[in-house]
Amino acid sequence: MNVTIKHSYRRGEFHQFASSDRRFLYLVPAGAIFEIDDPAARVIDRLGKGTASHQELMEELAAAGMEAPDAHELIGELFGARVIGSGEIAPTALANPPDDFPLQSLVMNITNQCNLSCTYCYEFGQDKIATPQGKPKYMDLATAKAAVDFLLKQSAGRKAIHITFFGGETLMNFPLLKDIVTYAKEKTAAEGRTVDFSLTTNATLLTPPIVAFLSENEIGVTVSMDGPAELQDKRRVYKSGKGSYAVVEPRIRHLIANHRTRAITARVTLTDGVTDVVRIYRHLKDDIGFHEVGFAPVTSSSEADYAITGKDMDSVVAQFHALADEWLEYALQGRMHGFTNVSDTLSELIQGVNKSHPCGAGLGLLGVGPSGDLTPCHRFADADAHTLGHVNTGLDRAKQSDFLTKGHINAKYDCQTCWARPLCAGGCHHEAFVRYGDTGHANLHYCDWIRDWTDKCLRIYGAVAAHNPGFLEKFAERKALS
Amino acid sequence: MKHLRALNKKARRIDEILSSNDADVVALQQSPNPNRPHVPMGCSLAFSPGWEVDAAGGTAGLCQPVERDIYDCYVTCFWPAQVPDHVNNYPDWADKCAVATKDWRKLDLVFP
Repeated sequence: MNVTIKHSYRRGEFHQFASSDRRFLYLVPAGAIFEIDDPAARVIDRLGKGTASHQELMEELAAAGMEAPDAHELIGELFGARVIGSGEIAPTALANPPDDFPLQSLVMNITNQCNLSCTYCYEFGQDKIATPQGKPKYMDLATAKAAVDFLLKQSAGRKAIHITFFGGETLMNFPLLKDIVTYAKEKTAAEGRTVDFSLTTNATLLTPPIVAFLSENEIGVTVSMDGPAELQDKRRVYKSGKGSYAVVEPRIRHLIANHRTRAITARVTLTDGVTDVVRIYRHLKDDIGFHEVGFAPVTSSSEADYAITGKDMDSVVAQFHALADEWLEYALQGRMHGFTNVSDTLSELIQGVNKSHPCGAGLGLLGVGPSGDLTPCHRFADADAHTLGHVNTGLDRAKQSDFLTKGHINAKYDCQTCWARPLCAGGCHHEAFVRYGDTGHANLHYCDWIRDWTDKCLRIYGAVAAHNPGFLEKFAERKALS
Repeated sequence: MKHLRALNKKARRIDEILSSNDADVVALQQSPNPNRPHVPMGCSLAFSPGWEVDAAGGTAGLCQPVERDIYDCYVTCFWPAQVPDHVNNYPDWADKCAVATKDWRKLDLVFP
């Protein structure tokens, strides 16, 4: 008996977007970006109406004046690149990263103490997961050195490694930070490798000697700051309730004027009532002089009183779009714009990342708390339930594997049909835990926002690729560390 | 690629792979070692041993005898020139051939 199978083509998995009167595809299983020409667009539009056989596609293209050999070649090209396919188009399961994935970055929480009491703090606020009772408040030198040794051992094979200092307020343990910079530099140099550093601070304790040290050692600085005085002072307050703006402002100006070796970045947390994105950006970029400003909505359970309401979030998104448009204008003139959120996404789009996990936590990056406990990242510092071992005893491979298995994109059912998954991969493990009580849960509360933002950045990408492609190269080597 | 313009690293990688595929048909037909026999491509890919050869280029090591070939052409494979049409005109053609490897001599010619 002869069985005839009727082959028909259908669309592959991609997200279409248009920019500058051109059409593009973001090919989801790969993370690839293509500009498509008119005949290719014709095939895609035809398949948008339903499946079609090879013959039907050939006829469609012939009607558009295409010669048969060219049409055949076009169909072959689209099929080869998986823009179109036949049969069921099932998402390809991403492979696991190798078990011996080398560590690259260590985030050292050198203290869990802080001189501010920001009301939304994930470490001390109402959504905290840390259990610091009975643990050291400051990392000691022996633990810190053991952490550096651990990093060096676990990163074997990598030429360059990275250490981020974090807190609490990082600068409350500045003496240790200084010792560790010296120690890590000596150790890496002895192995013929390099190390670079960054730190996050609230800027209240910056002094000229500290700034000189940071500049001399090329330590990247991210300042947590929420904007002009009345916005900063809303939640970034001392224990007394007094705002911190007046203290940090002159110190940051001094920092920016005197730290010339690395970009100085502001990291803004958007909360209820602190959603004036454009105004905050203008203040931090133009008035204060930060090189870059990045924004993120606060991590919170949905009931937290500082959580952003739906209506405010719409306004945040609209303002993100306005700044993104400005970013594009700058880019087309070959100028750098300081809106980090666009720059970070673009650097990932250039690579065409297709993430198995939302970030490097537990994989190429680990956090280490003041006690020497290892965690997936700094956000889990001092949280017993999330410990992955200790710098003295090493990584608990079983716990690490459990964390990574849960956080893998293949384990997130909701993500399987989302075109933004190569970049998002379900979003922050910590945020997922705070929201849903499970680090492996997809962050469903911001899916629409992520898709909207990814689409916006793709359109920017398309426009820059069309009119000023060389500009994209500036972002090729950028490390999207957050 | 003519109709897709690769705009990021991943897209360029796809472009490279597709361009290298262009040469593959020829590559498959060329033995990497000129001393090895020429192995034709065809039904053998569907694990249906017939006119392909074994690893040595002969027929001695096939997992099924070459005679099995006749039924591949007759039933499962559309190759009408080689065997009688069993659907309409010669439904009884293979009736005497119960086991192809033993009874293949009982298959006769047909004269339409």
